[in-house]
Amino acid sequence: MANKKFSSRLIVGTGKYKSMNECAKAIKLSGADIVTVAVRRVNISDKNKPLLMDYIDPKKITYLPNTAGCFTSEDALRTLRLAREIGGWKLVKLEVLGDKKNLFPDMIETLKSTEVLSKEGFKVMVYCNDDPLMAKRLENSGASAIMPLAAPIGSGLGILNKTNIMIIRNQTKLPLIIDAGLGQASDATIAMELGCDGVLVNTAIAKAKKPFEMAQAFKNAVIAGRQSYLSGRIDKMLMGSPSSPSKGII
Amino acid sequence: MKKLKKIKIKINGKIKTIIDKLTLYELINDLKIPIRKVAIELNKEIINKKEIKKIKLENNDVIEIVHFIGGG
Repeated sequence: MANKKFSSRLIVGTGKYKSMNECAKAIKLSGADIVTVAVRRVNISDKNKPLLMDYIDPKKITYLPNTAGCFTSEDALRTLRLAREIGGWKLVKLEVLGDKKNLFPDMIETLKSTEVLSKEGFKVMVYCNDDPLMAKRLENSGASAIMPLAAPIGSGLGILNKTNIMIIRNQTKLPLIIDAGLGQASDATIAMELGCDGVLVNTAIAKAKKPFEMAQAFKNAVIAGRQSYLSGRIDKMLMGSPSSPSKGII
Repeated sequence: MKKLKKIKIKINGKIKTIIDKLTLYELINDLKIPIRKVAIELNKEIINKKEIKKIKLENNDVIEIVHFIGGG
């Protein structure tokens, strides 16, 4: 992706954990080598607050700055330009939200931002609706990866529209990564079996009763789903087909 | 001794009184902020961190200092 090779198809978020230690351990167990991070104000009154970079080494794990919380193109551009200044990263995740309750992306603002960021040399991974037409327009605007939602962010509903994801898969050679809405490890397997190149998970791991175990479950689920996809599944049939030979029955 | 002139700036949304002619570098150092791990905006313009020793702060300057935190 963006001319760089990564070893894991699982990208994990670093939000919503109980502590930095828990977050760092879950990431390690997930095997992810890309993590999403947010850009926020430094707390100038409490300098002893732990820093993410002290727990997750950006030299070992690729930080993917995200514009989470931005509702306009202007805010998203400002955030990512600042992110580039912190670490010199060009690989970023664009997310422009349109509604505070359902957190669906505002695709008009997202499209505008993708065009500007691509021209500025960013490698933009774009959070978007599961709309094949909009995915195509993002691709034509220079997106580096298409990241359709499975369901609303943090909802845990799993992939709601498999057909749309399959259509997007068939029309693009860009990395296709399911972002948002997964609830359990099997959701990640389904995403991979649909032919997606990866999944991004945050809440489903961070808010699981046992985040460390869930991180491992997602790791395995992504590997299993990818293997299953590459193995070529059997055709679906209405009637049964016996597994044992009918010849030689006593 | 001549009394130092003071100015008011806004940093990360909070008003702060500082001495006049303080550089951005001195302010960030005083606040013990690790420069390598942050990005700085002065009056909505992103600042090249190599330039901060040359930038003298003025009255009503608005500064934003951001870093990476956990997020989805």
